[in-house]
Amino acid sequence: MRPIANTRSAAGIPTGRLAVWWVVASEIVIFGGLLASYIMQRLAHPEWADQAAVTDWRIGGFNTLVLLSSSLSAVLAHQAAERGNGKRAANLLYVTCGGALTFIMVKAYEWTMEISHGFTLQSNTFWSFYYTAAGIHALHVIAGAIIMLIVAADAKKNLELHRVELIGIYWHFVDIVWIFLFPLLYIAK
Amino acid sequence: MIERYLIQASSYAGDIDGIIILIGWLVGIWFLISEGVFFWLIWKFRHRDGHKGEYITGEEKHQKRWITIPHALVLVCDVFIIVGAVRVWYDVKQYLPEPDAEVRIIGQQWAWSFVTPGPDGELGTADDIKTVDELVTEVGKTYVYHLEARDVLHDFSVPVFRLKQDAIPGRVITGWWKATEMGEFDIQCAEICGIGHGLMFGRIHVKSPEDYAAWVRENSPVASLAAVTAR
Amino acid sequence: MAESVGVGTHGAEDAHGHEHHEASFFQKYLWSTDHKMIAMQYMFTGMFMALIGGFFAYTFRMQLAFPGMEVPFWGMVTPAEYNALITNHGAIMIFWVAMPVLIAAFGNFLIPLMIGCDDMVFPKINRLSYQIFLISVIVLLASFVVENGGFGGAWTMYPPLSAKHEYSLTTLGSSLFVIAVALEFVAFLLGGINFVTTAMNSRAPGMRLYDIPIVVWMIVIASILFMASVGPLIAGAIMLFMDQNLGTHFFDPNAGGDPILWQHLFWFFGHPEVYVVLLPAVGITAEIITVFARKKLFAYRTVLYTTFATGVLSFTVWAHHQFIAGIDPRMAHIFTITTLLISIPIAEMMFVFIATLYGGDIRLNTPMLWALAFIAEFLIGGVTGIFLGASGADIYFHDTYFVLAHFHYTFFPIAIIGVYAGVTFWYPKMFGKMMNDTLGKIHFWGTIIPFNCIFIPLFVLGAAGQHRRIYDFTHFPELAQYQDVRVFATVSLVIMLLFQFVFIYNFFASLKKGKDAGPNPWKSNTLEWTTESPPGHGNWKELPTVYRGPYEYQTPGRDEDYWPQNVPS
Repeated sequence: MRPIANTRSAAGIPTGRLAVWWVVASEIVIFGGLLASYIMQRLAHPEWADQAAVTDWRIGGFNTLVLLSSSLSAVLAHQAAERGNGKRAANLLYVTCGGALTFIMVKAYEWTMEISHGFTLQSNTFWSFYYTAAGIHALHVIAGAIIMLIVAADAKKNLELHRVELIGIYWHFVDIVWIFLFPLLYIAK
Repeated sequence: MIERYLIQASSYAGDIDGIIILIGWLVGIWFLISEGVFFWLIWKFRHRDGHKGEYITGEEKHQKRWITIPHALVLVCDVFIIVGAVRVWYDVKQYLPEPDAEVRIIGQQWAWSFVTPGPDGELGTADDIKTVDELVTEVGKTYVYHLEARDVLHDFSVPVFRLKQDAIPGRVITGWWKATEMGEFDIQCAEICGIGHGLMFGRIHVKSPEDYAAWVRENSPVASLAAVTAR
Repeated sequence: MAESVGVGTHGAEDAHGHEHHEASFFQKYLWSTDHKMIAMQYMFTGMFMALIGGFFAYTFRMQLAFPGMEVPFWGMVTPAEYNALITNHGAIMIFWVAMPVLIAAFGNFLIPLMIGCDDMVFPKINRLSYQIFLISVIVLLASFVVENGGFGGAWTMYPPLSAKHEYSLTTLGSSLFVIAVALEFVAFLLGGINFVTTAMNSRAPGMRLYDIPIVVWMIVIASILFMASVGPLIAGAIMLFMDQNLGTHFFDPNAGGDPILWQHLFWFFGHPEVYVVLLPAVGITAEIITVFARKKLFAYRTVLYTTFATGVLSFTVWAHHQFIAGIDPRMAHIFTITTLLISIPIAEMMFVFIATLYGGDIRLNTPMLWALAFIAEFLIGGVTGIFLGASGADIYFHDTYFVLAHFHYTFFPIAIIGVYAGVTFWYPKMFGKMMNDTLGKIHFWGTIIPFNCIFIPLFVLGAAGQHRRIYDFTHFPELAQYQDVRVFATVSLVIMLLFQFVFIYNFFASLKKGKDAGPNPWKSNTLEWTTESPPGHGNWKELPTVYRGPYEYQTPGRDEDYWPQNVPS
């Protein structure tokens, strides 16, 4: 039972959307701090280039394409939800989750390879940053996918369709973080 | 202000005390005026029966002036302070003079150790003198120090010099002083470094040239070896 | 379907149009989503932590005054315990007293009431934020009782001391400390969602932006400032935890890490954080001064714009905490300039309050005494900050008792004076009773006078070159002579702590024996005073509409010297 507070909109923006933007803003500052720290340290340690050379841009690039496509399906899901088509929205959200799953599995394979070659969390501070940044990002991918499944379950029954847009906003944020991570960890060696 | 409690024993102690005094006067005057007006208004506009308050929005220009003018004056004072502080900071922390002598200062959990030059006057040679807790120096000489930390952050401070610098493991940080008074003074560690932080006090001895030369002769390892073998 | 209930009584039908059944103790007090109950949870938890933080202060000051002697109610204070006491005193007062009471308790209680709605926008997230906060409290308290005791590397947690157990000698304690701080951050990020969205969206019809009471603005801006600054430190806390427990070397200079990186991450948050706690206290002061001087706030818009300016500038000053930390000396010039410039909007805020007193009709009851004391004491904190922001002077003052006295002249007004001001002012609304004003005044003077007796001497000790975080000064030849000053400060602290029992007694006795407050005992304009005391579930039977700003006192042409926001013209 929602309070009346929840039904007002003096600023003209739906409250759910305000809340998601707040969450996204907090996360931007967290990732921003982490990535700024990485950039400062990387510039101070040119010798990390040997370690950085190991990351495989093809795997990273593939994952980038996967995430970008999943953002597309999230946008299409939003479109469907706007039109009141909960079933289609849910299906597109399931496609997006499929993208998330692919991303995680590729990452698992990638990390297994790197760890088995001795490039562990502790082996060099470059790798500490690599696993920490990509790892926290991956946790956000997983959390986002789980929330997306819950939203999809409701959307299928044409319930809470406005949440499709909200989880979509969060998903685009997760995508954008990767857009920064990819060049930092795979390209700008 | 500081001189009431500690002598000025270095060439820049007076400069640092000077900027402190400048700030003291400027903020002191503002402080007294603000508190004075504040208490006066409380007394003047205290509740008295039959007396009503006024309707003042503070948005009119003539009202806002009471804020914007003090505001501008604060800015002017700030500029004076900034100029003074920048000058002092540059002289102490950026400028590095030609040294008459160099010392190594090493902080660790929980003691200070020092390496001062031996009779050859050069740091980094076999006749260097290593001491713990006690740093022995000469008055009037320009010293450049090389500050290190072995484990965690420490901070080398000599209050009578108005000298202070954090020591960071993995780095050597340079600075300088020139002592202007002779005597024995406190060294304090000014960065919490573990449970023994409070035990990391040391003493710096500032000796006259003759006393210092004698101390070097007696304490230099090569010199003492020579003295022993000469017998 | 968990029914949420208000702090006070609830009748039959209300604004929601349905009847209530009696909620269980669990549902009413421990599982509530009602903003007023969550406010109480934060307030009482914060006050409980203040007792612990205060006790720690008593213990370490007794050690300083009478080194090596057993402290009553503690025993001998070892050097390791001393460091843990000062570390946790600082962390507790900032993270577990100032923030929960000023932001979460007052924010939760006041925001829906002052903007005229029935609850926060996301009541369940609100409840979750308190629960996470409570877990952070438990984790911190646990850190004191584990093997090797609580973390003792200062609230600033600088590595390598904090990162390696062989340096800090507190194996579990250090990690629990970091976790507790991180959880507290998450709790306040969640809380912020409610403060900001509710204030933006759920205002009563007719309440434009400039009709919002200043304290609401202040809490909202503080939440935004917190959110925008804490991220890098959360990243840093994760990195520190990993260095402590997973063998990484983010901050280890021997393995490609940098201890100064931590300092930047910490202070980038640390400096805005002081404004995060300052703004709500300033807001509380504004509400009280306008009511008891019976005067419109001077230049409301100036207050707002100054606050925005302070918020923005606060992100540019952080490295004044690091002048001699080994940063590039050229950077010091930039931070001296920004730090001195930020004194201007703060000074402006003080001038605005002083100007509000002009032409007033000032009543000096207990809440007003506290609000005025905030200004008088914070001025000392503000001006002494200039010595530290000026790089050349900071060379001498860094890490001395001068710094300690400076920040107690800012934090004490914020966390203690501001809290007492707010509690004595809104107590009638929260509990429906009046506190005893005579006891209130005794408590006031018994706190303020000793407070100054503690900290003015500490400025002197700092000027004499006494450095921080040292457990015994009697073996420093230049400092041993000031032992009398230390004893004086400690005795003043004990006296001050004893007077707090007057407040505690007044607080609880008034609940039973206090005069009934009625809806608006202070004749204030803001919306919370238009409903019953305490407000029932849903806050009003009919939600109010707003017709004017919150500070229409002495409006010409009216008999009464006040004009509540909800009264039609």
